[in-house]
Formats: sequence, structure tokens, C-alpha cells
Amino acid sequence: MNESLTFHFDVDGTDFTSAGQASANVKRSLRQLGLAPDIIRQVSIAMYEGEINMVIHAGGGEADVTVFEDKIEIVLKDHGPGIKDIDLAMQEGYSTATDTVRSLGFGAGMGLPNMKRYTDEMHIETEVGKGTTIKMYVNLTD
Amino acid sequence: MTIGTIKEILEAEVVCGEESLDNEVFSACGSDMMSDVLAYVKNQAVLLTGLVNSQVVRTAEMMDMVCIVFVRSKKPTPEMIELAKDSSLVILTTPMRMYEACGKLYENGLRGESRHV
Ligand SMILES: Nc1ncnc2c1ncn2[C@@H]1O[C@H](COP(=O)(O)OP(=O)(O)O)[C@@H](O)[C@H]1O
Ligand SMILES: [Mg+2]
Repeated sequence: MNESLTFHFDVDGTDFTSAGQASANVKRSLRQLGLAPDIIRQVSIAMYEGEINMVIHAGGGEADVTVFEDKIEIVLKDHGPGIKDIDLAMQEGYSTATDTVRSLGFGAGMGLPNMKRYTDEMHIETEVGKGTTIKMYVNLTD
Repeated sequence: MTIGTIKEILEAEVVCGEESLDNEVFSACGSDMMSDVLAYVKNQAVLLTGLVNSQVVRTAEMMDMVCIVFVRSKKPTPEMIELAKDSSLVILTTPMRMYEACGKLYENGLRGESRHV
């Protein structure tokens, strides 16, 4: 595979029901590529958490996934409120999610830590009032 | 334990995935918080839950689970059933409550084993 493979998705921020579509699509494509199940699960869970975050915290955004020879890159970009304190947001259990979101089964404050745990690298760029871009990498080689 | 046995033990109805009832599963988990399932569960094949929305199916799909059991006779929406079919997930629905359903399965040898990655 010399040319990298890319996927682009618009993530609808108004529809909680359809959240996860991009991640599900990526999961299916990675399966077709014949990648190892563990790698696919890492990518799926990290991306899904990020996709849910874009929907519940940022009003939607865009997801771009690139499969390189040695790694998979996941970029999640939104124009939501941004994250004021990244260290705080990264703490397990910290969440600003509403009761409505909680009643839907999310908002335990485990998403960002989980994304970090499931990927080999994660970078957050965020500006309050402007938006957030999260880049995650999963290595394909040890 | 097969999914068919789970169905028997829980006196459950099959909503979709009838063709996969002979598949074997080795562990299960029960939760209404998908956040917790995504964060703490590893290699559990069956999800018991009282929460009904599309993200339950998505979560199971992302976690490579094979069966969702809705407790307290909850019924998934047609949309959820379609999603489940797309990823070959079995959906069962049992009249039992969460505590009882989990207890019955555990008692019959289906264990939990969740841990941090
Ligand atoms: N894309 C985002 N835009 C704005 N804020 C975010 C975003 N992602 C996460 N956050 C903030 O970081 C907190 C922690 O995120 P996370 O660990 O995923 O927990 P949860 O989503 O359960 O609240 C969120 O409650 C929210 O305040
Ligand atoms: Mg989250």
C-alpha cells in the first residue's frame, strides 16, 4: 500500500441517533483492508468516543481518517465551544455533560482518557469559542 | 454458553439474529452507561442493558460484542434493529430485571472479567 487511504465524514451535531456512523463506516473499511482486530477495535473505540464528544459537546464537526503504511491517523475537528482546561478535561470522571446526555448513557467523563488509552498518540488543539481539533494515531507496527 | 442457552435462561425473545443462536460466548457485562462499557469492558461478548437508544447498538458494535440483551421487556426501535442486523448482532429481550438477569447468567457459568486495558 503506497498511496495512503483516506476517509472523510461530516458529523451531524443535531442528531444523537446517527452519531457513530462515521466510526462504524471506518470500522467496516478497516475490516475490509484486513487489519488486525485489535487495531480495528482501538481505532473504532477512540474514534467513536471522539465522535460522540463532537455531537454532545460541540454541535458536530468533521472526521478525517487516513491509513498510512505504518499508522492510522484520526482527525476530529469541530467549531464548538472549545475546552477551557485540557488537563481537567483529561481527568477520569470530569464531565460537563448535561443530565439529558447522561440519561442517554454518556457523560461519565471517561471519553478523553479512553481515547488516550486506546491510541499511541493523541494531540488536542483547542481554543475557547473557536473549536477543537483532536488528532490521534494508532501504530500499525510495533 | 451459546446465545441460545442465554435465551432459555432469561426466558427471552429473539428480536433479531435468530441464525446466530448457536454461537458460543464466554463473558458478559451489564450496564446502562455506555461510557462505562466503552471505558471498562474488555472482550465481553454480551451486553445486558436497560437503556434503549441507537448508541447501545453502536457501542456493542465498536466493542465487537455479539449479543445485546434488553432487560425489563424493553424493545429496540426499528432503526436499532436495522443497525444490529448490519453488524450481525443478536438482540434478545427478557422480562427479567438487570440484577436477576445478570445473576442467572453468572450462576450458570457466564462470567464477567472486566479490566482496564
Ligand atoms: N469536542 C469537544 N468540544 C468541547 N468540549 C469537549 C469536547 N470533548 C470533550 N470536551 C469537554 O471535556 C469533558 C470531558 O470529556 P470526556 O472525557 O469525553 O467526558 P464526557 O464526554 O463523558 O463528558 C467534557 O465533559 C467536555 O466538557
Ligand atoms: Mg465523551
